[in-house]
Amino acid sequence: MTSEELLQIAETNAAERKEFDYEVNVCAALGCISQHSDKLKDALEHEAAASGNRCHVRQTGCMGLCAAGPLVRVEPTGTMYGSVQEGDAKAIIDALGGTPVERLEAHLEKYFRGQEYIVLENSGHIDPENIDEYISRDGYEALMTALTQMTPQAVIEQISKSGLRGRGGGGYPTGLKWGTVAKAHGAQKYVICNADEGDPGAFMDRSVLESDPQRVIEGMAIAAYAVGATKGYFYVRAEYPLAISRLVVSLREARRRGFLGTNICGTTFAFDIEIRIGAGAFVCGEETALIASIEGLRGQPRPRPPYPAVSGLWGSPTLINNVESFANIAPIIRNGPQWFAGIGTERSKGTKVFALTGRIANTGLIEVPMGMTLRQIIFDIGGGIPDGRRFKAVQTGGPSGGCLPAEHLDLSLSYDALISAGSMMGSGGMIVMDDTSCMVNVARFFMEFCMTESCGKCVPCRTGTAQMFNLLTKICDGEATHADLDLLIDLCDVVKHTSLCGLGMTAPNPVLSTLRYFKDEYLEHIDNKRCPAGVCACSNKVRTEEEVIV
Amino acid sequence: MSPAVDVKTLVIDGIDVSARADQTVLEVARENNIFIPTLCHLDGLSDVGACRLCLVEVKNSPKLHPACVLKVEEGMEVTTKSDRLLHYRQTILELLFAERNHVCSVCVVNNHCELQSMAQSQGVTHVRLPYRNPKLTVDASHDRFVADHNRCILCTRCVRVCDEIEGAHVWDVMGRGIDSLVITDLMQPWAESTCTRCGKCVNVCPTGALFDKSKLGSDHPKYPDFVPYLNMMREVR
Repeated sequence: MTSEELLQIAETNAAERKEFDYEVNVCAALGCISQHSDKLKDALEHEAAASGNRCHVRQTGCMGLCAAGPLVRVEPTGTMYGSVQEGDAKAIIDALGGTPVERLEAHLEKYFRGQEYIVLENSGHIDPENIDEYISRDGYEALMTALTQMTPQAVIEQISKSGLRGRGGGGYPTGLKWGTVAKAHGAQKYVICNADEGDPGAFMDRSVLESDPQRVIEGMAIAAYAVGATKGYFYVRAEYPLAISRLVVSLREARRRGFLGTNICGTTFAFDIEIRIGAGAFVCGEETALIASIEGLRGQPRPRPPYPAVSGLWGSPTLINNVESFANIAPIIRNGPQWFAGIGTERSKGTKVFALTGRIANTGLIEVPMGMTLRQIIFDIGGGIPDGRRFKAVQTGGPSGGCLPAEHLDLSLSYDALISAGSMMGSGGMIVMDDTSCMVNVARFFMEFCMTESCGKCVPCRTGTAQMFNLLTKICDGEATHADLDLLIDLCDVVKHTSLCGLGMTAPNPVLSTLRYFKDEYLEHIDNKRCPAGVCACSNKVRTEEEVIV
Repeated sequence: MSPAVDVKTLVIDGIDVSARADQTVLEVARENNIFIPTLCHLDGLSDVGACRLCLVEVKNSPKLHPACVLKVEEGMEVTTKSDRLLHYRQTILELLFAERNHVCSVCVVNNHCELQSMAQSQGVTHVRLPYRNPKLTVDASHDRFVADHNRCILCTRCVRVCDEIEGAHVWDVMGRGIDSLVITDLMQPWAESTCTRCGKCVNVCPTGALFDKSKLGSDHPKYPDFVPYLNMMREVR
């Protein structure tokens, strides 16, 4: 593959597209497929063939607003249709070239305004299983540039300069990580893509893999060149069958086009990727547990150091990045680090993809520049809280994060701001809650999650989470005393500071953040045996007069 | 001519000590008679850093570090005793006691139990947490040994000694989190497993979870000191 051939593929693909007057894009990511967008696509194809229009019906990745699925976008007009059923196919095809079908039209200007696409730039525009469509949108240009015009050091320098930080949650500078692995000694090095996304309410990585898998493969290949690795792994959780099947197709296509294998882009660089499927353990998102799982061992973390950058997979230096981190690499190489560093805040650069869920009008996948406020995300893009309810809290960072109340709505999003507010960026789950949610119950939910997902290796996480869960249940049931609350706070401190890995260290966060902002709710459960939101068991209990007096 | 050994000097609890570069803080502390509590660590077995009792403070590091896997560094300043560490150690021991059914008065290893003596040394006078009282099984199928899961603290010494010293890997852990359980083979009764009947696991077990049938009646000392000796024999060959 040379750059001329790359250009030729792009031109051929563009010429093929010119043969059609219209393109009807149907979302084929998991959210829309669950609402039968696959059958809708068949129906649209059938109608298109019958109508005689020069029209191309195509499956694409996620278009963002999952709440209005299944979504259909008609090009070149850019008309968006929402909640399209199989029976609507004829109406859409008939309306091509005329006025759009009014009853199906989705008016999403407000939803898309304010968003900025880097990671999701191709999402919803290309067929994820067609590598040529990716190439026609500047795909693999960055890999070609890196391999033929840049030294590995120059690639790392560009990534460092861009200010990209790990999108998996911790926010470790990506360039620094790459530099460490590049400097580590080892005949064999590995690159691993962590796609073991397990936070409740998070689906960013799944959407990226389902919508634009080639972008992640390109990012991994560039990383492998930069650090000197020849072998890569995708660690994907088994709960993502569609992402896995698209990856299988995409890896095959990338090999066919010569972006994986030996002599990539006519150079001596060789790199290939294998898929490893997780067996449903949240802790395997922790890098040392992930490595153990790939090695075929029990998915348990081990103490660090040694860090995987020095001694990782089978004892070799290993680079582990999250899906979204890899998805940012190609645009940085293509557009230069200054362009990327120009987006976002002082210490958090670029954009971040969030999965907006919970009690919010526009549930879906969004990508916003760092530094945007929570208010803009929730009320402008998200469309606010439905049913005239009052906003109560937003949960970010999954079970490792925390709940932020209304007073933090004007917090501008960055790794550091979220941590100082008692939450964290995490991988990008964002769960909005209104006044029908009980914050003690929310803390209890996340503690239950940590308890069942604890691997059981270290004592504080294994037994501490179980004890904290029991105490929270006691509070929810209106049977707790102030001594129980003190014990809970003490256990939070112990588990946070003595656990072996990130799961245990961050497990108390949902409790600590709700205690910080919603302590009155805890006290209401304890003192008055009452749940203000009416969620917990204590508010449903019929009490005898004696009990009330006590 | 032996190869040159890199030597480091560091400070543990205000005492200047020297160490080989490949030593851990725990090893060096013990050489200098500084006591750091441990449960999952056993001389001669690999370290897993699981019990978290050996956590120590290191100057200029925000985190606590397990001494059993913390490699010495030049100029490192380690604190092994502080009110904070003592509180954490006591709470971890309390968590262990409350996790399963630890009743010393009716236990075969009463007075020979590492969990018990560790609690005494750390000044645990009572357990603030409610006992979970799980219903766990006792595997007495083996003709010589008994596995009583009620007393297991999941230190995985049995797993490691069976794998690393005996080379049989009969023991392993199944389940996760609070439901973890040490098992023989793929959860076969101990008698029907591939057990070599060597008894190493019983002697390294810090509690009464694994015990010898012939020593019932609260007099069951354990002798885990054979492990470094076996390692030494193997090295010489």
